[in-house]
Formats: sequence, structure tokens, C-alpha cells
Amino acid sequence: MNLTTTYLGLKLANPLLPGASPMVDNMDTVRRLQDAGAPAFVMHSLFAEQIEGNAAAFDRHVGRWEESFAEASSMFPDTSDYALGPEEYLERLATIKRATGLPVIASLNGTKLGSWVDHARHIEKAGADALELNTYFLATQCSVTGADLETRLVEIAKAVRSAVNIPVAVKLSPFYTSVAHLAGWLEEEKIDGLVLFNRFFQPEIDLDSLEVRPHLDLSGSEDLRLRLRWLGLLRDQVSFNLSCSGGVQSADDVVKSLLAGADTVQTVAALLRRGPGELAVMLAGLRRWMEEHEYQDVHEMRGALSQRRCPDPEAYERGNYLRSLQLWRE
Amino acid sequence: MISPRPITTATLDANEAVASVAYRLSELFVIYPITPSSPMGEWVDEWSSKSQKNLWDHVPEVVQMQSEGGAAGALHGALQSGSMASSFTASQGLLLMIPNLYKIAGELHPFALHVTARALATHALSIFGDHSDVMACRQTGCAMLCSGSVQEAQDFAVITHAATLATRVPFIHFFDGFRTSHEVAKIALLSDDDLRALVDDSHVDAFRSNALSPDRPSVRGTAQNPDVFFQAREACNPFYDRVAATVQSLFDEFASRTGRSYHLFDYEGHPEAEQVIIIMGSGGETASETSAWLNAKGGKTGVLRVRLYRPLDAAALLAALPKTAKKVAVLDRTKEPGALGEPLFLDVATALFEAGRNDVTLIGGRYGLGSKEFTPGMVRAVFEELKAAQPRRRFTVGINDDVTRLSLACEAEPDIEPKGTRRALFYGLGADGTVGANKNSIKIIGEGTELNAQGYFVYDSKKSGAMTISHLRFGPGAIRAPYLIDKAEFVAVHHFPFVEKMDVLGHAAAGATFLINVATPADKVWDRLPREVQERIIALKLELYAIDAYTVARAAGMGGQINTIMQTCFFALAGVLPRDEAIVAIKEAIRKTYGRKGEAVVAKNEAAVDAALAAMHRIEVPAAVTATVGRPPVVPPAAPEFVQRVTAVMLAGDGDTLPVSAFPPDGTFPVATARWEKRSIAQELPVWDPSLCIQCNKCVLVCPHSAIRAGVCPVADTQSAPESFLHTKLRSNDLPGYEYVIQVAPDDCTGCTLCYKVCPAKDKSDLSRKALMMAPADPRRDADRTAFDFFLTLPPAPAVLLQDTVKGTQFREPLFEFSGACAGCGETPYVKLLTQLYGDRLYVANATGCSSIYGGNLPTTPYTANSAGRGPAWSNSLFEDNAEYGLGMRAGVDQLAAQAWRLFDELSPVLPPALVAGLKAADQSADAGIAVARGLVVDLEAALASIEDPKAAQLAQLANYLVKKSVWIVGGDGWAYDIGFGGLDHVLASGRKINILVLDTEVYSNTGGQKSKSTPLGAVAKFSAAGKDTDKKDLALIAASYGNVYVARVAFGAKDSQTIQAFIEAEAHPGPSLIIAYSHCIAHGYSMANGLDQQKLAVETGSWPLFRHNPGRTAEGKAVTVLDSAAPKQPLSAYTRNELRFQALHRSDPERAKMLAGRAQEAVDRRFAHYQYLAGEGPAPADPKPMPAVKPTAVKPAPAPDKPTSTP
Repeated sequence: MNLTTTYLGLKLANPLLPGASPMVDNMDTVRRLQDAGAPAFVMHSLFAEQIEGNAAAFDRHVGRWEESFAEASSMFPDTSDYALGPEEYLERLATIKRATGLPVIASLNGTKLGSWVDHARHIEKAGADALELNTYFLATQCSVTGADLETRLVEIAKAVRSAVNIPVAVKLSPFYTSVAHLAGWLEEEKIDGLVLFNRFFQPEIDLDSLEVRPHLDLSGSEDLRLRLRWLGLLRDQVSFNLSCSGGVQSADDVVKSLLAGADTVQTVAALLRRGPGELAVMLAGLRRWMEEHEYQDVHEMRGALSQRRCPDPEAYERGNYLRSLQLWRE
Repeated sequence: MISPRPITTATLDANEAVASVAYRLSELFVIYPITPSSPMGEWVDEWSSKSQKNLWDHVPEVVQMQSEGGAAGALHGALQSGSMASSFTASQGLLLMIPNLYKIAGELHPFALHVTARALATHALSIFGDHSDVMACRQTGCAMLCSGSVQEAQDFAVITHAATLATRVPFIHFFDGFRTSHEVAKIALLSDDDLRALVDDSHVDAFRSNALSPDRPSVRGTAQNPDVFFQAREACNPFYDRVAATVQSLFDEFASRTGRSYHLFDYEGHPEAEQVIIIMGSGGETASETSAWLNAKGGKTGVLRVRLYRPLDAAALLAALPKTAKKVAVLDRTKEPGALGEPLFLDVATALFEAGRNDVTLIGGRYGLGSKEFTPGMVRAVFEELKAAQPRRRFTVGINDDVTRLSLACEAEPDIEPKGTRRALFYGLGADGTVGANKNSIKIIGEGTELNAQGYFVYDSKKSGAMTISHLRFGPGAIRAPYLIDKAEFVAVHHFPFVEKMDVLGHAAAGATFLINVATPADKVWDRLPREVQERIIALKLELYAIDAYTVARAAGMGGQINTIMQTCFFALAGVLPRDEAIVAIKEAIRKTYGRKGEAVVAKNEAAVDAALAAMHRIEVPAAVTATVGRPPVVPPAAPEFVQRVTAVMLAGDGDTLPVSAFPPDGTFPVATARWEKRSIAQELPVWDPSLCIQCNKCVLVCPHSAIRAGVCPVADTQSAPESFLHTKLRSNDLPGYEYVIQVAPDDCTGCTLCYKVCPAKDKSDLSRKALMMAPADPRRDADRTAFDFFLTLPPAPAVLLQDTVKGTQFREPLFEFSGACAGCGETPYVKLLTQLYGDRLYVANATGCSSIYGGNLPTTPYTANSAGRGPAWSNSLFEDNAEYGLGMRAGVDQLAAQAWRLFDELSPVLPPALVAGLKAADQSADAGIAVARGLVVDLEAALASIEDPKAAQLAQLANYLVKKSVWIVGGDGWAYDIGFGGLDHVLASGRKINILVLDTEVYSNTGGQKSKSTPLGAVAKFSAAGKDTDKKDLALIAASYGNVYVARVAFGAKDSQTIQAFIEAEAHPGPSLIIAYSHCIAHGYSMANGLDQQKLAVETGSWPLFRHNPGRTAEGKAVTVLDSAAPKQPLSAYTRNELRFQALHRSDPERAKMLAGRAQEAVDRRFAHYQYLAGEGPAPADPKPMPAVKPTAVKPAPAPDKPTSTP
């Protein structure tokens, strides 16, 4: 049985990746994931906004007190010692590579064009094997069009693409007017793959404090269906890599993702809930399913149920909506 | 003499230069922070934490002690065991070392102590420079070497280390605090080879061989009897006899290597000088330059500078003094009241007398105490005095002594500086980065050009809205001008309000360039200038430029940081470098300064630089003054006479002009003067919406500056109120017909937002709106001012409202207001509360530190008095002695009270029985009883007036002591946990009725963030750069262990009612009480606007459990300890992740940070479990797991430092 796959130019032992999460911050977890069969690691995102925000806050709340009083020219030990740039992230990346010998896919969330490019270069230099651009542009203003947003995303992806030599994937949010068009555009611009989809903190209202706060639940299988739809729809239209991210809770979910068209499948919530060993359980389940269904190679599965190849193509499209509601009524 | 090899130069201050030499020549530093020497300790700590090596390829260790006394003891021990140990100190710190200095000298240990000479606290504390401290050490047996400039300080540092090793006599190397220690100058650096050439390794070997060792045992420190002590004491004489020659020989060797020649006494001046000044320290530079200037005009003057002061080589002194010198003035930078003369004077007199030089007229004077300026004009005045037929034998110079008339008159300052020297003055706001940018500018000039450069920085005493004045000189010639700039060719005002508050052009030279940062269109700038400023500009023919730097900064995303913008304008206008080169250099400096903070910060600064010049405009100066309005008076006409006559002069920056007679001779100052200094520093002010307000008074409680107040008044009183005075119906059944007011003091508010943050009252339909909202200050300041003035006319709130609750206490008048504390300070709300509760009968013994600085640093005093004239009696003695000081106050007050009661009892038979019974029965445990007692004391005084018995007169004098007094010892954690702990412990054990308030910021705040024993595990602080690896000392538990001590741990931002309760219980407790008060602080590294949130998190995560340990509860059959906070709801990280002090380590050493964070969580859990057990809420805690020792790791593996001297 062959589980090997190629994703973003990387030869991977199997298609099931631990997705972007804080798990990589603990080397013990990293090793346990490797033991469980992780073929590569996706780092959590380097958030340029956070780094820049930290630096600005540092300047505002620490720097402003320097050289203000006769008795204290500063309030902290020499602050240049406390790296406020991406050093910690880059060191972590290098450490994981060194310790596991596995490919590491970095993830980046930039702010301005310049910061995306700068940080991508740092990441490449630190030894990342590929880079996932974690994009999230919410059109919050009446004045911003969907086209503006897509153009901006593609500009950034292009700029990063031309700045680094490692493969670059774009992790999309599902909230684009035309995901398929955008995917095609990104492929045209030589992007190496898409990760479907991002999950974000959504606001929650706290009824005690009467405040609105960001909130994030771990994903569940119900989140998977959105991904399956778009994997199935895109698989026949683009030829670059597709990775499924969000809602993969079990071996069955892995199988579904591959059948819909994913090259790789990323899982986080299941590992956070049930521990790194769950990765091995899911891989075993994948093998079992393949055996039962007489698949020898994961490549045979890839897109076997894409829109074009599934018995009922309409199921992926709008008809699906009406049908679901009817089913609900029945 | 010409240097035999290329010289490496650098632009730095003496603290850094000296620390660099000391670091390379030592293997152990034992230190304790004290201004102005703290930076030296910080430098060596930084280098050590980066694993930089000394001359012998070893990384020196830096140990911070609990006091200078402790440091000296540890140094003595280290020297005894053969380790080359060194230290840095000043002032009281040096005094605390004296006992061990005797020991170290008595045992002939080679030891180099570098001292930034500083005034000693006498009638007042002074952090500034003079020689009082070192002069108190001249009898210890230490040799004393004095340097007078940054270059000399570095050079003499190596001489000191080499000489002490060579002679075995310990050396104090001293230089003038601030003037030299903090002056930035371009100097020739000493290389490692230079140091190696001067320090003889055989002396190191000898030192090691002499160390105590069990491998070749001997004993030191015997006790000797009358038969031998004297002889043994004289046995060291030959060592002292060799010192002068050794030092001179090292000077000679030094000169042959570096070309810089020094002698035990250096004479500069006319070879046949008739008048000579003898002087030590930086003043010698000024004196020499002035002498040269006078000689160029035909004078015959000279200056003899003393280098090696102890042992004093009289022969060398006399040999250096020109034979022609018939008139000699010795200048001492210290005061020895009652002596025939100051120390150096007496030494010179003895030397002359013994040499039979009675042909010399010798006079002695004092100068420069507490960093008083010492200028060419003063030097000229001394030479003029010497020329007189009968010069005054004793004098002072630099002040106007109109009391004892000792001072010399000084005429206008001569400009003696070499032509070509350019001088620039910058008036900046503390937080705007002006000083940092100017330090960069000096480096750019000093290191990027052939020019010499000098920078000196003057700060005011406020911690919020402070002014800084930068004095920069640069030029082709040597800059020997250790005094402030008198005539500047460039003057920049970085904050426009200064133009309206002080004479910023008082030191502008004719034709100078004047640059202002002002948010006004270029064509309107002239009209905004006050009349006096316009007059000066025209009279001096100044070139005027203006820029709206705040707008440029905001556009570049830099908030209020205008430093690089103004720096760019300076370079563009000053012409010291071609503009383009200057901009490249500024950008390089930006990259060096901000590079580690990320590209974004660099980019913002670079954008600001690029935008600066386009935004700067030359302003046409009209031929005549057009302004009709002048600068407003510094204080309003209603201010009291003392404030008008003295305080206002200091506020205007003209304190130097005040004569001796202006000052109280004993350091006593009037209270309530802060209210006359209207600083108007808030950019935004809180605006009250009465319709939303729930009248909780929480905003009043949290205000660090007493700038928002609650009041009530009958409706009728509001008839005459100005329109801007807002009020609403008081929610109280007790006082129908009353109105409630929240009023902001718009000129005293700092805009910290704590009141807005704490406000719980929200608009139900728009939850973003609260009863207090922040709004731009300028449009509303006038109206708020009128309203506040009216508010102050309201009578005190009726007693029925003054309950012991948050709300009730905040109707009481604060007797501590408008201090200079940082905006958002976490300490001052406690101090204010203390004055609200007990201010009218309060004694405060205040340890030196932040609370003594915002509490009592002139010009103004924030402690005030109520309408009856009563208010806190506040005093600061020292840092280390505060607990004892407070105990003394208590004992003193108790004595007077006891005598009063005894006399009262003795006179009772002749006093009205009702009065006697009333006073004895008055329950003085609360305000009501106090008021009754006060009324009866008035009756008593009246009754005593008619009693003939002499005891009646005695009692009349003491009658006020029949009213209870509240004595509080107040200080920070540096005092309570470290330097003052011994005394504090003793006071706790005393059983006396005395209260202690510890304002715990968990770090030395005032001296700049050094760790204390209160610093939490895992936090980064100076001397704990790799994160503190031991747990915070539990002072509360230690105090509680006495059994009879009331102890509370409070955090007003987390549970204000518990804070109030603790203060009241502490005061009610018959024995000692200790309140440990969580105080958020700028040293924690986050916005103080979030201080209250962090207090909550500190409590909710168990980092700061709230509890009260009240021995009085035993009698009620209750558990003595009450836990006032719930078991931690969140992990410690929820609190620590918001503060840089905890987060910094996650950046530099994530593994260690995580390890320490894990241990900190364990420690917090364990402590909480222990408290639960004490409160009867949990099982007996298991024995704590021993904490493994954690090897401190280097913060970073020796990165390439920016600073040339950072590579010892």
C-alpha cells in the first residue's frame, strides 16, 4: 500500500499532516507526532501584526520612559537583548527541522506587502521547506469591493512568490465571492497550492460583562463539509496542490477529503482533543479503509469523488441547497 | 606628547567608560543601585549576562545585595578569599560602606571602588553631585583618586585598579556625579592591551597568595588589646608611603602608552602665576579654561588640580605650585559646618604651614554643592577675590548668600569657549525621546566626524510630563566645559507649552537659530508666540523655524515620538554635517537603536525622517513685536506669599537666582504647594455624564493624582455655579435636597484614563458609553477650570456620608494631591486613601524612593492641609532607616501623649468635671470620637488659660497630643524587602501601635527597575536579566508569624472594598500592622491604562492573593486569617502574558522562560494552598518540593555590541 504523496514539491510519507497549531511549540509533542507518523509539520502562523504590535507597544510603554528621569535612564535591562522580531519563531522552525529531520511548512500572516515579503524571506532563510500564506482579509468597509480584496491577496501572493524560492501555498478563507476564480488566478500566478480553509476567531457576546470578545471553538466534523464541497469543485479546475484544513476529526474524514480532491489533509482539533497519538489512529483507519475498499495507492483516491467524477455532480452545486432543505423537511 | 599608535575614539559617558575598565579588570562585582552610579552596575551586569570576558578570559559575576552595607560586607569577604572584586556607589551608599572600608583598608586588600561623588542627605536629599560623600571617607585608609572629565574617569579607572594591586591599599576613584558620570563626550578609548600593560600580573598573583585559604591557614580579624593595637595599626605605614610614587609611576607609564600625561597634582596656567586656585574634580576643567582665558588677557593666574587626594603628597603639591603664587584659593565641593575650613583647604594649609610658606595668602571657599553650576564667571570671581588687598578668608561662590554674606559676587558670564565651538539647547518632554535622539546626535558627530562633541542632560523632578533640557556642544577643539550652555547658537523647543511657561530664549546667542515644534500653520506661528519671546527673537535677530512634528509623527505611525523628526531638523539647520550625510547617519542610528524592535519600527522612523524637512518652515520675523499678550504668571496671584516668592521662581526654572534667605534653614517647607503648579499636561480629560453616573466614587479612588473628586452640596448652592459645573441629585436617603458632583481638575489630570477604565456605569443603549468618557482636553479646559474652582468652594461632605466604604471614603478630602508621580501610577491611590482616612492626624515616615520623590521633591509639595489647617506631617529621613525612623516618631508622639495625659490627670481636680469625663470617655477609634476630643481640647485650652499652676502651661503646649495620632511608615519594596528589612522586622517585633504601608511594585522603580526580593519568579529586571529564578519573598507570611501583627495584602484595582477594610483594620489594630499594597508600575512594561485590569488578573491568577491576618479576630473566636480572593480561576499566564517583565524572557530564552513560568505557577499554587490552610479553607500543605537551583544563563550569547566599550 502506498501512502506517499507529493505536496508543495515535498515528498511526504503520507498525506495526513498535523495542521497549523501551537502543538509545534512543545518539542515533546513534536516528537510524539513524529512517532505517530506525521510526514511533515505545519507551523502555526508567524503573525507579523503581533510582532509589529509588540514592537510598537514596547516602544510606547518601555521606550517612552527611557531618558526621562535623572535617576533612571531606563526601566529594563538592555532591551535589545529581548528579540521582538520573528527570531523565536524562526528558531523554533529550525529546531523542529533539526530534531525530526522532517519537512517543515511555515505559515505567515503579514500586514503590509513589505512585511509579508520580509518575513517570507526570513522564513526561507531559517530553512522552511515550504510556506503557507495565511490570508484573512475581511471586507469590513462599504468602500472595499470584493475585487479589491482579491487583487490585494493575489498581489501579496505574487510578491512573496517572487521573493522566495520555496513552494508557496495560500490558505484561503471561505468568504470570497468566487473561490474558484480566485483559485484559478492564484494558479496562473504560479502559486503552488491552496489550503482550504482558514478558521478564525469569530466575535462572541459575553452576557455578563456585556462585551464582545473573539472566540474560537475547535472544529468539528460539521466544518468538513464546506471543505469537501470546494475540494470537489476545484479539483477538476485546477491542477496545483489542494490541502484540506478544518473539520478533519477521523480517518473517515481523511478519506472523504482525499476522495473529494485533497493532496494532503491537515488535522488539529482531533490531535488537541485526543493527543498526538490520534494521528496514528487516523492513519491506521485510512489504511484499513483502503484495504477494505481495495485501494493500493492514495493517488487513486485523489479526487475520485470530485465534482466531475462523482455520480451526481449537481450534489456539489446549488441544487444541494434545495435538496438539503427538502431532506430536512422529510 | 604624541600618541605612539592610532587612537580609537568613542562617544560615551563616564559611567560606561569606567564600568568598561572595571569590568575588564575584575572578576566579581557586588553592587547595590544608587544614583548616579547605578548605570555602572547595570553595564557590568549587562556584559556579564552576555558572557563577555575580562582581561583574564573569565566572565565576571555580578551580585546584587540588599544594601550598600551588605555589598561592602560581601566585597570584604570576596577580597579576603582572593577574588578581585569591585563595586560602584555614591552618597549614602558610600556611607553605608564605611565600616567595611576601614576593615578592607586595615587588612590591606587591593580593592577599587568607583564613586560618582554625590551630595549627602542633610536638610534635604540631593541626588546630584558634590564631594560630601567621598570626604566622609578620607579617614578610612582608602587612597583617593579624583578624575575631572569623562576621559580622565576612564584613564584613572585603570590607574586605580593597577595602583591598588601594586600597593595593596584600597582605592576610591571618584568623579563628579552627573556632571562627569552622565556627561557624554568623545574620548580616546583604552584597549585591552593598554590595560594589560598597566596591570602587573605578578600583583594579581601576590593578591591571590595573600588570600585566606584552608590550604595554608591563617586568621584575620583578631581582637587586640591595649598592649599591641596601636603598634599593629602603625604597621601599615610603609604601604601608604609607597602609594604616591606608585601612582605617579603608573601615570608615567600610562603617558608613554597613550600620550595622556597626568600627575599627582597637575598645574595649568601662567608659569609665574600670582593667583592660583587649588581644586579637585570637574571644576578643575572650568577653572583651568577660565585661567587660560584670563591669562590671554594679561592675567597671571593658574590652577592646581589635585589628582591623588589620599595619601596627600605635600611635597608634590608644593612642587607643583608655582613659587610666584602668593595668593591661593582652595575650592572644596563639600561643607563641613563648624570646621575651620573644608578638608582640602585644611590639607593645603597644613602643607604650606609645614613648608614655612607664610608668604602665601590662603583662602578657602565652597562651590558646586548638589551639582550647583560652577562656571567661568565664578572662577573669575574667585581670581578677582584673590587680587583684592584683603581677600575674604572664607567664602562661597555660585550662590547669593544674603544671610551670612559669604558669597562672592559674580558678574555676567564671560564666553571663554574656543571659537568654532557650536552650542545647541533642546527643550524636550520626558517621553518624547529628545534625550535619546540627542545622545545619538552626539555619537553621530563624535564618531562620524573629526569634531569633538559633548552632551549633558538636565531632567526635572516630575515623573509625568517632565521636561528635559539637552546641552550639546561640538567643535574642532577640545571641549573642556563641564557647565551648562549659557549662549547657544541653536535652540529647539520640542514641546510648545514650554514657550509659554519659561524663558526658553534666555540662553540664545545673538543670531541663533530657533526651532519650535508647534501644531500651527506656518503663517500663524509668529502670532502664537508670547510677547517676551517675540521681543527676544527680534532683539537677538534669531532665525525662526517651525514644524508640526506631532502631525508628522502621527502620519508616520509614531504616536508622540517626535525625536527623530526634530533630530533631522537640527542637522538640517545646524550645518554640522552635509544634510544628506546627516540623514544617512540618522537612519543608521535608527537602525542601531530600533533594529531589534523590527523592521516596522525602523521603517516608521525612517519615514518620519524623510517627511521632516518638507514639514519644516522658515518663519518670517516681522520688524516689530505684534503680540499683545505675554507669558502668563507662573502661579496665579492668589498663591500664598512663599509660593509667589520662592516656589514660582523654581517653577520658572530660575531657582539658581534665589538667595539663601529665601530658604528655611532646617529644610522645613510649607505644604499644599503642588496645587499652584498648573501643568495642564493631559491631552485628554475625563468628561462626566451625570445622567449615567451611579455615584460609586470608584473613579475618585483610583485617580493617582487626586484630579477627579466627588462632592455634594445643597441644591441651593448650585444656584451660583458656573454653567460648566455639572451636578445631579444625590442618591441618598440621608441627605434629601443634596446634589452630587464629580469634578475633574483639568490642569492637574495627567490623562491616564484609570478613572474612565474603572467606571462601571454604562449607557444601556450604547454600551461603549460610560459615565466617564475621555475627550480632547484643549476645547474644554477653560470651562472645566471654572467648574473646578467652584467645586473647591463647596463645604466638606456631611459626616453622614463619610462611611468606611469605597463611596464614603471618597467623599473625604484627599490631603495628597497633584503629585509628580507617573501618569497612571499604582502607588499614589493608596497614599491618597491614607490621607483621606487619617490625614488630619497622620505622621508619615517615608522611605527614599518613588514615594519620597513624588511626595517631596521640590519645587512643589503634594501633601496638603484641610480647611482646619490639619494635614499629614510627612518626612523622609533616608532609605535604609525608614522603619526605625517611623518607630522613633511613634515613640516620640507616645511620650508627648503620655505626658499630656499625666498632666491632664494631675490637673483634673481643677478642670471642669464634664470636660475631664468627656475627654476620657471620647472614643477616638473613629472620626466622630476624634472630633469630640478635638472640641474638648479647645475647651481644655481655654480652661488652662485661667489656671495658674505651671503644669497648666505645660499641658497647654501638649494638649493636642490628647487627640490620637496615626503613625504610618511608608515605602517601596526595595526598602521593605531589602535595605530596610532589618529595621522593618524590628518594628514588627516591637509590639507598638504603628502602621506600615508597603507600596509593592516588585522592583526598584525609582532607580530604574533593579530586582528586589519582591520581584516575582520569572520576571526580568535589571540584575535579573535572565529572569529571576527564586520566588518572591513572602513578607506577609513573615510578618504574620509574629502572631500579634496585623497583615493585609491588598490590590485596590482588584477589590477596592478589601483595601479600605484593610486600612481601617490596620489602624484599629492595637499593635503593629503591615499592609502590602500591589502597585502597578511602568517598570512592569505595559500601558498603565491597563493597570487595574492587571491588578485583577494578578489576584484572579493567584499571583497576588488578597488576605487579611487579623490577630484581633481570635478574641471573637474566628480564624485569624481571612482569604479575600477566590481560588485562582485562570492560569498565571493569563496575567503574566500582558507584561513585558514576564514576556521579555520568552523572546530571549524561551526554554528558560517556560521552565520559570512552570515553576512560578507551582509557587503560586503552593502559596495559595498555604493561605487556604491558614484561613481554615484547606488541608495542611505538603512540604514544598525543593526548588532546584537554576543556573542563570546568558541572556544572549554575546551578540556583537553596538558600543565600542561593550567588548571588554
